Amino acid sequence: MGKRMVETVIFVIAALAALAGAVTVVLARNPIYSAVGLLGTLFSVAILYVVQLAHLVAAVQVIVYAGAVMTLFLFVIMLIGVDKEEKRVEPLPRQRLWVGILAGAVILFAAGVALFGEFVWVPAAATAIDQEATNGTIQAVAEPLFTDWVLAFEATALLLTIGAAGAVVLAQFKRKRA
Amino acid sequence: MVPVGWYMALAAALFLIGALGMLLRRNALVMFMCIELMLNAVNLTLISAGRAMNDLNGQVAVFFILVVAAAEVVVGLAIIVAIFRRRATASVDELSELRG
Repeated sequence: MGKRMVETVIFVIAALAALAGAVTVVLARNPIYSAVGLLGTLFSVAILYVVQLAHLVAAVQVIVYAGAVMTLFLFVIMLIGVDKEEKRVEPLPRQRLWVGILAGAVILFAAGVALFGEFVWVPAAATAIDQEATNGTIQAVAEPLFTDWVLAFEATALLLTIGAAGAVVLAQFKRKRA
Repeated sequence: MVPVGWYMALAAALFLIGALGMLLRRNALVMFMCIELMLNAVNLTLISAGRAMNDLNGQVAVFFILVVAAAEVVVGLAIIVAIFRRRATASVDELSELRG
């Protein structure tokens, strides 16, 4: 019962929760249930971030994704309405069969490579993981963010402004156009 | 600690479920959620690989992906609402033309 055991237990619980949420997103008939499933997956992934010492990213994940983005999703679901059943008519006949065969072949190939081939998950993996080097505190993440990536950081500020302005423009709706 | 391959396998499974949802569902909102699912799978991959390689830049990349995804959700949901107001549907099967 060491640190390793604790991390394994947390990983298994969070991974199962994430997979359950993801399956709910795909299978739920009601979009509200899909949204709640997505929320569960986002929280579970945030837990896995914390386990891997990505503290700042985990906090941002909970605040931005589970907070802002999911609120937006729920608002739009309420605006659009949830009572419409999806139609089961195929616009392109037999497309599901062919896509299914193709996807199955790709998945089998990938699984075969991962399981039986000499597959290296991370090419240049360090021999020993240095906990201090990747301890994602605010200070540690801010240093590369404001030195190496400062241009990209400023660009995201511009992107968010454009995104907000674009959403406002799209929300203005005129039915009768001259 | 948990081997990095486990995290990668979990991320691959999440991405797969998201991609399947994208193919199977016709509700534009649910398809959008599946995109978020796939984005999260990739984020998990970046964090795990960054830790295995003793590199903090993976976390910085995830930070940027989160910001871009937030902007994408804002614009995408606004487009879905605009389409719904005009056509009264959220099903992608009914939207077969670009004309408004």
